[in-house]
Amino acid sequence: MFGINQTCAHRVQLSAHRVQLLPLLHTSRTDSMLSTNVRTLRNTRNTQTRPATVARLYSSYKHNLKVPQVPTWEPVREDQLPSSPQVPADLVDKLERLALVDFRTKEGLACLERAIRFADQLHVVDTSGVEPMDSVLEHRQLLLRGDTVTEGDCAEKLLQLSNTTVEEYFVAPPGNIPLPRREERASMLKHS
Amino acid sequence: MAACNVLVTPLLYVNKQSALFYHKACNIHRQCVTKKISTSVSRCTSQAHLQKKSRPHELVGVVGLEIHAQIQSNTKLFSASKVGFSAPPNSLVSFFDASLPGTLPVLNRRCVEAAVMTALALNCTINNTSFFDRKHYFYADLPAGYQITQQRRAVAVDGQLAYSLLGGRKRNQIQSKTVRIKQIQLEQDSGKSLHDDQRSQTLIDLNRAGVGLMELVMEPDMSCGEEAAAAVRELQLVLQALGTCQGNMSEGQLRVDANVSVHRPGEALGIRTEVKNINSARFLSRAIDYEIQRQIESLERGEAVLNETRTYDSKSGHTIPMRDKEGLQDYRFMPEPNLPPLVVYEDHGSVPAGLLEGTGQGVVVLEGLKEGLPELPSVKRGRLVCSYGLLPEHSFTLVNEDGLMEYFEAVVKETRKEPRKLIGWVTNELLGHLKHHNLSVSECPVSPSAMAELLELQEAGHISSSVAKQVLQEMWRDPGKSAPEIVREQDLGLVCNSSDLQSVCQRVLDSNPDQVRALQEGNKKVLNRLMGLVQKETKGRADPVLVRSILEDKTS
Repeated sequence: MFGINQTCAHRVQLSAHRVQLLPLLHTSRTDSMLSTNVRTLRNTRNTQTRPATVARLYSSYKHNLKVPQVPTWEPVREDQLPSSPQVPADLVDKLERLALVDFRTKEGLACLERAIRFADQLHVVDTSGVEPMDSVLEHRQLLLRGDTVTEGDCAEKLLQLSNTTVEEYFVAPPGNIPLPRREERASMLKHS
Repeated sequence: MAACNVLVTPLLYVNKQSALFYHKACNIHRQCVTKKISTSVSRCTSQAHLQKKSRPHELVGVVGLEIHAQIQSNTKLFSASKVGFSAPPNSLVSFFDASLPGTLPVLNRRCVEAAVMTALALNCTINNTSFFDRKHYFYADLPAGYQITQQRRAVAVDGQLAYSLLGGRKRNQIQSKTVRIKQIQLEQDSGKSLHDDQRSQTLIDLNRAGVGLMELVMEPDMSCGEEAAAAVRELQLVLQALGTCQGNMSEGQLRVDANVSVHRPGEALGIRTEVKNINSARFLSRAIDYEIQRQIESLERGEAVLNETRTYDSKSGHTIPMRDKEGLQDYRFMPEPNLPPLVVYEDHGSVPAGLLEGTGQGVVVLEGLKEGLPELPSVKRGRLVCSYGLLPEHSFTLVNEDGLMEYFEAVVKETRKEPRKLIGWVTNELLGHLKHHNLSVSECPVSPSAMAELLELQEAGHISSSVAKQVLQEMWRDPGKSAPEIVREQDLGLVCNSSDLQSVCQRVLDSNPDQVRALQEGNKKVLNRLMGLVQKETKGRADPVLVRSILEDKTS
């Protein structure tokens, strides 16, 4: 999963080999981590088992001073969130096309819904009177570089990273590989 | 056509024959329309004017352009790998260009300056702060899966480009037009794909990936292919004068996409199509005119124009629909997280102290760039008109042909002939020869000083102008020979010997008694005819002033 494999032949890996994509797994991990936290917090309110749970969650990491030892946030109650998401089939279709990721399995859809649910918490945040920002680097200036050649001339190194090459070219399949048709996908969902 | 159809319907009730006749008439009418529009390729504005006058409800074309100009720089937009046109595949690629994980973009100052200079030359407003965004799409020659561009706020907005085209019946009237520039944005170029259909694979060369582009978005202020081509030509000259883009369309340094729609003047704009893959000014004009005509015809047939991307096939001269990338495009624009805002400072005083430390080279300041702008084509034309007393259309030709102005000025320097009298030799004779042989000015076999020498002979009265043309042709064929040599060898010098001319004139007069009588009866025009006959006798070598006085003497 490095270099050209991941980038230039991105599509090949993702759609031809039907690899489940990392970002979603990643989302689901954050998601489950956070829901763990929320659950943990909820638990602590009622019982007194919080320290043990938190300690277990971060136990494999060295404690970082920037990370508070106990959660400092308020849990968001389910009833504060908008009603549970229903993702229509057409939208799943579109998302799959845009991301070139197949997730039309029961597990994948559940994961998507959890991710949306997770993001829904943002609706609760009161942002009135707060200027929207794109980046924490907004007030930094971009420093520019002089126009002198210092890179390149490493075709051999780069080509080594690719599965297939011809002479000094990378090789990709012609055009974009079409995604499976809707009927095919429906059956994929059924058999998942 | 619509009016025609309305008329046909009642006729159908009258009798079949007349309806048939009318149908025929309709066809002829259609042919006329087609013909008219096809001639509009060359004479579009006069036609448009004519159409507007006679048919206010006629559909007219509306054209906007999106132009990608490759920035002339040593290195790419965000990486320090070399920019070059025909290097071995993938030799001009850095790790960043290949989108290896962990690499970050570092913006090239030269690219920003080029965009700012271009924006200044096109009277744009420079945004003091602009942003970079990611535009996502999947294609093998875009290894990152997104292109860094400027979507939210571009480096410059709201400019204009003044251009002219030759119109009128003799195509010698300058028509001045303006097209508004909506914005100029910086973005990355993609790599190149070579499709190998036989083996069903695509070969990818990333040498072009990451090269800096200026995308210029023009408002739909043009109405036909010729206007669009003239605007692009003017832009090309501006870019070349600035040195911000080499502007060679065939090498892809300047790429034009045209947004074309049709509507009735005064009504809302119609649905537009985007025509891509136009790689020369001539094709641009043809592709647009074809597309306007195609849309008019489909609307007249009662069909709708689809919002689609089409490509121009230069062989057939047609535009054909491109297979759209899955129909729905969603570029998922998002702010580029790796690049803080780009700031362009008004003057050195406004640059924060911290940024001026060290070399002070890491910023772009408007102050120096404004003063450093070179002479732009419009100023050049004005100067030619002023300092040489040329007509505007001559200045237009001189500036539009690569190197012709320099040629002209070199000739002017070496001869005593007035620039105004000399211009025809450059814009008609020389350019005619060049066009005929399909040569550029730099390939011209006759050097400016050789040309000057020839014109000097004529100016001094050693040869007539028709002989000078003859000599020029000879010089073209044999560039080793100078004008005086050719004149000497072929004995083309002007005949100034009075007694020789006397006898030639007498012979002409004797053999044309009718003309002599007409002249004596007061028809002065006949004198020119007689002079022509004398020139014919002397193969254009007779001194016209002398001939005139001899003929006048002999006939009075």
